[in-house]
Amino acid sequence: MTRKTQGSPYAPHTDSETAAMLEAVGVDSEEALFDIPEPVRFDGEFDIPARSEQAVRGAVGRQLNRTDDLVEFLGRGHYTHYVPALVDDLARRQEFLTSYTQYQPEVAQGFLQALFEYQSLLVELTGLDVANCSMYDAATALGEAATLSQRVRPVSGDRVLVPETLREGKRAVLEQYARGPGLAVESYPTADGTADVGGLREAVDDGTAMVYAETPTVAGCIEERLGAVGDVADAHDALFVVGSDPVALALLERPADAGADVVVGEGSVLGLGTAYGMGMGVFVTREGFLRQVPGRLVGAGTDATDRRAYTLTLQTREQHIRKERATSNICTNQAWLALRAAIHAALLGPEGLVDLAEECVRLPRDLAGRLDAVSGVEAPVYDRHHFREFQAHTDQPAAAVAADLEDEGFAVHVVDEHRIQVCVTDANAHAVDRFVDAVEEVA
Amino acid sequence: MSDGNGTDHGDAGGADHGDPGGTGHGEGNDGVDHGEAVSGTIYDQARWTDDGVYEPLLAEKDLTEVRIGGADDGDSGDGSGADGDSEGDSPLPSALTRESLELPGLAEPSVARHYVRLSEMNYGVESGPFPLGSCTMKYNPKFTEESAARPAAAVHPDRSDRSVQGVLAVMHALQDYLGRIGGMDAVTLQPPAGAAGEFTGISIARAYHEDNGEERTEVVVPDSAHGTNFATAAMAGFDVVELPSGEDGRIDTEALAAAVGEQTAALMLTNPNTLGLFERDIERIADIVHDAGGLLYYDGANLNALLGRARPGDMGFDVMHYNVHKTFATPHGGGGPGAGPVGVTAELAPYLPRPHVREAGGGYELSDPESSIGKVHGFAGNWLVLLKAYAYIARLGDAGLRDASAKAVLNANYLASRIDYEVPHGPFHHEFVASAGDQDAADVAKRMLDYGVHPPTTKWPETVSEALMTEPTEVENRETLDDLAAAFNAVAGEDAATVERAPSRTAARRIDQVGAARDPRLAWQDLGDLDTHP
Repeated sequence: MTRKTQGSPYAPHTDSETAAMLEAVGVDSEEALFDIPEPVRFDGEFDIPARSEQAVRGAVGRQLNRTDDLVEFLGRGHYTHYVPALVDDLARRQEFLTSYTQYQPEVAQGFLQALFEYQSLLVELTGLDVANCSMYDAATALGEAATLSQRVRPVSGDRVLVPETLREGKRAVLEQYARGPGLAVESYPTADGTADVGGLREAVDDGTAMVYAETPTVAGCIEERLGAVGDVADAHDALFVVGSDPVALALLERPADAGADVVVGEGSVLGLGTAYGMGMGVFVTREGFLRQVPGRLVGAGTDATDRRAYTLTLQTREQHIRKERATSNICTNQAWLALRAAIHAALLGPEGLVDLAEECVRLPRDLAGRLDAVSGVEAPVYDRHHFREFQAHTDQPAAAVAADLEDEGFAVHVVDEHRIQVCVTDANAHAVDRFVDAVEEVA
Repeated sequence: MSDGNGTDHGDAGGADHGDPGGTGHGEGNDGVDHGEAVSGTIYDQARWTDDGVYEPLLAEKDLTEVRIGGADDGDSGDGSGADGDSEGDSPLPSALTRESLELPGLAEPSVARHYVRLSEMNYGVESGPFPLGSCTMKYNPKFTEESAARPAAAVHPDRSDRSVQGVLAVMHALQDYLGRIGGMDAVTLQPPAGAAGEFTGISIARAYHEDNGEERTEVVVPDSAHGTNFATAAMAGFDVVELPSGEDGRIDTEALAAAVGEQTAALMLTNPNTLGLFERDIERIADIVHDAGGLLYYDGANLNALLGRARPGDMGFDVMHYNVHKTFATPHGGGGPGAGPVGVTAELAPYLPRPHVREAGGGYELSDPESSIGKVHGFAGNWLVLLKAYAYIARLGDAGLRDASAKAVLNANYLASRIDYEVPHGPFHHEFVASAGDQDAADVAKRMLDYGVHPPTTKWPETVSEALMTEPTEVENRETLDDLAAAFNAVAGEDAATVERAPSRTAARRIDQVGAARDPRLAWQDLGDLDTHP
């Protein structure tokens, strides 16, 4: 009984074991188990050499290190806050990391309870009633909100109104989801980085199924007239969908108080960190829309001992039961990232969350002030309260400023010919002095 | 801030459970009267309780309310940030802020203990066999986690192409690997899950037909297909044509020929199908669909069965998705994240989502395919998951991938040969569907939990009555398969009363799912009479 030396290192069979199992099954070879017609058999090679764990780690490390080490002042939908070490440690326990969707709740109470607590966190943050236990990201959650508008009774029409400044990638995903139900995605104007309520009022009509607004907006502005936007949507029986995130919501006006029907957004601002755009979509709505919610829901009930226990619930909304009449096709979601967000929030506690959110107001305010003092730069472009980020005018072409900053070791967004966008949080605040120096050099 | 439940005086997990609520048979001991009959592995899951409640909620341990004062309320802040009272020092006017925030506020050691206890009440792949059919619950190699945790992987998606060559190099290499493995000409990594891959593929099919001046309205899906196939087609705006299986559990080519026509945009097919059967008529199936002008879509859920032995591209499929969290061993994470890359033939490559990674000038760049369908994720998909999949494929190589399919299929066949339940269809590959016969498959599953294994997928596909859909994967050996078979067989020999009473060794006893759905309580804020907070 010796370890085999070839094949998958994660298939534990010894050669003698394999032979005994083949005999038990009654075939001569593994090959004989495959019922594949000759013409479609693959006899070639992928030309992928097997390598040791050490060799692969080294090779992947070398490949990744081709990426430049820049200090990022980047946001626009993908944000980073410091993630405490305990989040990694707990989330990587195999019971969490390697488990499956909780279709056998009796043996998966731990994950179910963590997701129930995640849902509860979102309920507190938004003021709404029902949070699902994740979508893929903010953009797909927005797409799902648009399809929800077509399934709820009070809403009619097929126009979806979004701010003209909506991030292009998010809009493209929304349009993808809108195509099936035949929705038209249209823009309403913005003024000074937030919604132009007068312009919205002109754009909206009774054919409007949904109005979407973000706070903070993609330009980092806190929406000051969220309630007024909601009133416009409400006056036309349109679904009012608000985009935000759990850190911002710890401080900002509760969307429910502004009349929101649905809150979507990027939940991975907690627990994940920078991940090349990988995220976790938040989806929260009113109780009245409960049976139209996409994705999984965890509910509390009782077990045979009458103790409180948790289970996936209202599954008749979902694809594995309802098939083509499901509320969405989503199956695999981002549950592990919801767990991470919940652990991160638990570690911060309400005080830590509010402190972090307040820092996200002060840091960009301070940095904008310092950049404004740099000759050739005016910041912020919009006279608003900002969250995490702001736009700045540069006399020099913005692309050249950004390229020069990259040479100095910093990354910023280029949003216009003479406009950059700068994001600052607890994650990069340590580098602000050097960043300001670099801007002075290149602007 | 106070830790309202600092001393935990519940039963210690593992060693001595206490009888959870009097449904057991012992006198205050373990409440389990069936362990003796079983040889082999026994598993008692940890069960933390506190005053008769399973591990309390964070909110039952502490709730702290923080008042949020606007900058225009009272005195302006002095910046001292006194604990628990930020009133007056908010940087925003009160019109823009909430009034307060009420959440648990526990110290780090208490948070650590809470989640460790929860983890102990959860079963993972490293706990024991996890033979969920169609889910491919493989062991998830640890080194891939280390690769994904590298600082150089933690970059923002709006960086310039030239500054993220490492990320683009890995993405390009993974596109290339997946293309070779699937026999596809071009691959996008953007779809964040299998269902998102389906949505991408079907959207590509629509764009392709529209470019040919055709408005095809139907997608054909076999009745044994995953629920996502039906839901995806509907979400993309197509009418679903459900195709009944033939008596042998495979596609009935005559029925297929009758079902396709000018309206057919695509046939979505899983091969081997959910019964584990290879669609032997695949060439004929491809001809029928293509002759009708439709495209052939491959659902990659069962690709683990074919690694290195057959490729969707060679079978005539035009578009496919890969489930990297199944076939390529990235962890399922309790439901996600996964990733669902999509491969296409050269003819469909112009329709792939944007942006796409390609080689340029000795490096890599992002470009928009000419007739791109647009986007299916706000950024580039689940990058860190993709990175793990890449590391896994690089580790296994040709030999490992071929061995994975060999052992996955051997394991399924060996296990099936050891169990008493009937397996109506064959020859199967990486999974088989047994029938629980006169027993209720859901009850069988609950009872199997008491024997230290995770049960199979149950009651699906519906073409087999009381289905037990079983996929042991390649990571089990003969001994653990024998354990698994013993669990099946023990339950097969038990009476209905015993099976209906199960499980009892798990953290929670049988959960009343009907009751939970009838009276939904989806947050600690609406627990009502289930609230145990003092």
